[in-house]
Amino acid sequence: MKVSDDIVLRIEGISKSLSGKPILEDCTLAVRRGELKVLIGPSGAGKSTLLQCIDCLIQPDSGDIWLEGERLERKNTRKLCDYRAQVGMIFQDFNLFDHLTAEENVAIALRKVRGMDRRAAKARAMEELGRVGLARRALLYPAQLSGGQKQRVAIARALAMDPKVILLDEPTSALDPELVGEVLAVIRDLARGGMTMIMATHQMEFARALATEILFMERGRIIEQGAPETLLAEGSTTRTRDFCTRLLEMG
Amino acid sequence: MIDTVFLSQDVLPTLNKGLLLSLGLIIPAATLGFACGVMLGCLRTFGPRWLRRLGDAYTALLRGVPLAVQLMMIYFALPKLGIYFEPYGAALTSFTLCTAAYQSEYIRGALLSIRQGQIKAAQALGFTTLQTIIWIVIPQAARRALPGCGNEIIYLIKYSSLAYLVTCMELMGHGKALASDTFRFTEVFLTMGLYYLGMVTLATWLLHWLERRYHIPGFGAR
Repeated sequence: MKVSDDIVLRIEGISKSLSGKPILEDCTLAVRRGELKVLIGPSGAGKSTLLQCIDCLIQPDSGDIWLEGERLERKNTRKLCDYRAQVGMIFQDFNLFDHLTAEENVAIALRKVRGMDRRAAKARAMEELGRVGLARRALLYPAQLSGGQKQRVAIARALAMDPKVILLDEPTSALDPELVGEVLAVIRDLARGGMTMIMATHQMEFARALATEILFMERGRIIEQGAPETLLAEGSTTRTRDFCTRLLEMG
Repeated sequence: MIDTVFLSQDVLPTLNKGLLLSLGLIIPAATLGFACGVMLGCLRTFGPRWLRRLGDAYTALLRGVPLAVQLMMIYFALPKLGIYFEPYGAALTSFTLCTAAYQSEYIRGALLSIRQGQIKAAQALGFTTLQTIIWIVIPQAARRALPGCGNEIIYLIKYSSLAYLVTCMELMGHGKALASDTFRFTEVFLTMGLYYLGMVTLATWLLHWLERRYHIPGFGAR
């Protein structure tokens, strides 16, 4: 893994309340190029909200976001769209466009957002589908794909935009157990290829093996962070280790 | 048993004249009504609150009052306010306004059925709101709305027969006049019924063809 010093994405003091109840409180983090940060924590801790706030799909109440050193003006619609086009997002339930084939799902943003012509967009889409091992499924519609295949199309769709960073919101949680592996394999390849990512997950083995850093969230706060070998070290008394031990006991 | 002379000399020529005017009412009313319905449906779903309220009130009014009453109001009551309509104009206006209200309801339902997740995914890729509506929401909503909108067009074909109430001489008007003149109600109304049945069948085929033409796996069974 190549991790350099330059910070790709930095958020500071992100807070969010929904109907008076605080969901996120003062979340701060910085991701360097090539890093894979893994967000873990119990359900309802705010992992998903945090990721969506980073992409402004949920507007945070306060806090700032910098992409490659440039502060995001959230009120400026054009700059916001421009920012989102550079930040990939993978959802738990895939969210493919149901009326488009796998290839069109990948190509449409290239055409409408990046302004590529139809042929170039198609070529790029096929290249990305090949990268996630789905070149032969290009003409199928989402309803004809398995969950694992849908998630890989979603990853190809994000990759085609040449994102500076990819946010993954529990990408394997909605999958049948036997399909988890194919999606994790794709993400593993991305991590080894030096893609910058923030990923919320319950796949502890995966996090331990690949994360540069683990962030543990509880009740809307990031309460622990550090390298997996430190947080999960034998005999350490961190909340992270406690949580993981319980996860392993259950599963 | 069947009086072929009466049928071919009187019934068919008279009804054919009426049919032409009926089609002249149905086709523009369906087209205009659908276009207005799409706009109204979009406003009622995505518009600012006051426009939504206004659209809801319009729909409630037009769906709540019988079409015959609306037609009479336009033809007989509006002249009191200085607004005059020809019989044809009154019928076309009233059908368009009414069908738009019903169509907007089908469109609104279809727009609301698009999963929020897909809208989020489009935004996450950098789509603007307008691009999301044009490229993601409308293509899916149109497919979902097609059966409902087609149903409304089939209703329109049949309620176009109300136009005779304001002396617009379409199929129903001509047929009724002929029947009263000759007292041969059975032949005339039976044939008229077949004319409407023919139009509805043709429309049904056309709509089925459209549905098949734009079918996509995952949007209802084939």
